[in-house]
Amino acid sequence: MEVLGLLADGMFVAVQPLNLFLILVGVALGLFIGAMPGLGSVNGVAILLPVTFLVPPGSAIIFLAALYYGAMYGGAISSVTLGIPGASTAVATTFDGRPLAMQGRASLALVTAALASFVGGTVANILFTLFAPLLASVALSFGPPEIFALMLLAFATFVGLGGDDIPKTIFSICLGLVLGSIGFDAISGAPRLVLFDHTGFLQGIGFLVLAIGVYGIGEMLWTIEQTRGEVTATTPKITAKGVAADTKDAVRRGWKGTTIGSFLGFFVGVLPAAGATPGSLMAYGVTKMVSRKPQDFGKGHPGGVAAPEAANNSASTGAMLPMLTLGIPGSPTTAILLGGMVIWGLVPGPRLFVEETEFVWGLIGSFYVSNVAAVLINLAFIPLFIWMLRMPFTILAPMIFVLSIAGGYAATRDMFDVWLMVIFGLGAFFLRKFDYPLAPAVLAIVLGPIAEPTLRQSLLLSSGDPSIFFTRPIAGPITVIALILIFLPAFKLLRKRRSLA
Amino acid sequence: MRKGEIVTAGLLALLSLYLMWKSTELPIGYIAGEGPGGGAWPFWLSGIMLICCGAIAFNWWRQTSPASRSDEPLLDAVGWRMVLLVGGGIVAFVGLVNVISMYGAIAAFLLYYMRYLGRHRWRVSLPIALITPVTLFFFFEGAMQITMPKGMPFTDPVFNVLYEIIY
Repeated sequence: MEVLGLLADGMFVAVQPLNLFLILVGVALGLFIGAMPGLGSVNGVAILLPVTFLVPPGSAIIFLAALYYGAMYGGAISSVTLGIPGASTAVATTFDGRPLAMQGRASLALVTAALASFVGGTVANILFTLFAPLLASVALSFGPPEIFALMLLAFATFVGLGGDDIPKTIFSICLGLVLGSIGFDAISGAPRLVLFDHTGFLQGIGFLVLAIGVYGIGEMLWTIEQTRGEVTATTPKITAKGVAADTKDAVRRGWKGTTIGSFLGFFVGVLPAAGATPGSLMAYGVTKMVSRKPQDFGKGHPGGVAAPEAANNSASTGAMLPMLTLGIPGSPTTAILLGGMVIWGLVPGPRLFVEETEFVWGLIGSFYVSNVAAVLINLAFIPLFIWMLRMPFTILAPMIFVLSIAGGYAATRDMFDVWLMVIFGLGAFFLRKFDYPLAPAVLAIVLGPIAEPTLRQSLLLSSGDPSIFFTRPIAGPITVIALILIFLPAFKLLRKRRSLA
Repeated sequence: MRKGEIVTAGLLALLSLYLMWKSTELPIGYIAGEGPGGGAWPFWLSGIMLICCGAIAFNWWRQTSPASRSDEPLLDAVGWRMVLLVGGGIVAFVGLVNVISMYGAIAAFLLYYMRYLGRHRWRVSLPIALITPVTLFFFFEGAMQITMPKGMPFTDPVFNVLYEIIY
């Protein structure tokens, strides 16, 4: 029952005036960012991270976590009213959300989404509170080989479960790792990879430079080019009486999807690097599969809205679990949060639970508060968010560019880094056109500086014998799972060939 | 798209080769008693990048990736225009920072984007273009104590007035 006491302390931290204020602002901003097509939690967290240096680290991460949470709720608003997912995490919500809106039942879709998100968030918070201290106490005994094996697993998940072009995914991972190694060799202290002998590279490439370049500039260019700035909205009519009726309908037809989404989302979210997008897609698929009327899905079934929405909220909390306990992000957004923690002078990983108890439990407590804040703000201000969605993209887009450039400078105080951001942004746009996934690169630039020293220390321990990753009781199974995931696509290909022959 | 796919893979292969060559400035093998050399990590990873480029080229030849089957242009005329105007605008924005200060560049970029690209009326674009940098000034310089680039000396009179307000 020690956990309950710690949780109560954490909630007390979360409702301190400054933190409560940041939660409310974070959730509201997150709802807006999530609702804006082309902007998701990862863009919001990347662009706003520099701004949080104003408040203490504990409050900063509470703000960013609230924003992450809010964005998961907000994604549904544009999926339903515009038919464009506000973020990749809400793609599955369009499948049934948009048909419902076209039938004039946008309000039902939005209410279902909000309720399912709330339940998903709550289930995930409880699971998180139960599992996090356990996992952290196990992880305390991890040495370099275990940590490297976990890193390998994080990258392997991208390859095995990513669903993207595999050579391109591996390229992206390695590119991020190499970019992360620019600057100085941590062990010998010698300058390393000073590209074109430009002294600007001596200080290395911060993960924020890549993250803002990719998500603040590259993705925005891509959205502008794809939508050509033209977006049309359906405006739902929302009344108190209507909401009550919709709530009843949502509970009756959406409970199954919500339950599946809540649990499945959490476990997919926990997997390193998987995150909310695959979680929501899988929850949609499973709910449709077990439904008695699978033919109704895709035509406007509330269950098809509830499952992905419960899952994406649940997964966003799940993704925080490996980030806090193992120091390995469970999604691109948590990768950026992790990078932020390093900037704030915290060392992510199991020791955090021992050394920074107030920070960790304050954050966990804030999940609960954010979840309640998000559902209330969401339901109360749906009309306002829809009104804001009508803000012309030609005003919003330059604002985001300005925030990216000014925020990027504020974080690094170096024009060289700002130029790098622009170069990465333009590069990311073209790579995105050719289906190169870029989230792995962002994750890799965060994890690279942790992965390399652990690999070198492990090999030093074993005098250069790589079998150290297979023979230790915890590192061994993790390495084997990682290798299976890496070779999974090859197995699939072989089986397909054999069945064709 | 088909041509673009192989050209991109070629460029990335060159980048990988450059990174491999640059990594060899430090030892890339195993040093007894010290573990892997400082250049080993980036060297072998860049090597994997090069192999991936080979695999991408092979998939291009087999036409298995969507881009390698597509005859559509990478960007049509409107797309290129949009990317050049927006991307060029961002490059000009960053280029102007050291001339007319971060805040001046923000105002110029916002005005360019909203008035010229977005075709908003002056009475919409001008106030936003002026209020945004002033708000950001008070946020960064006042609240966060972060000094942004001030550009060339001719911007001093404006900043003197603004600093008077903060201090």
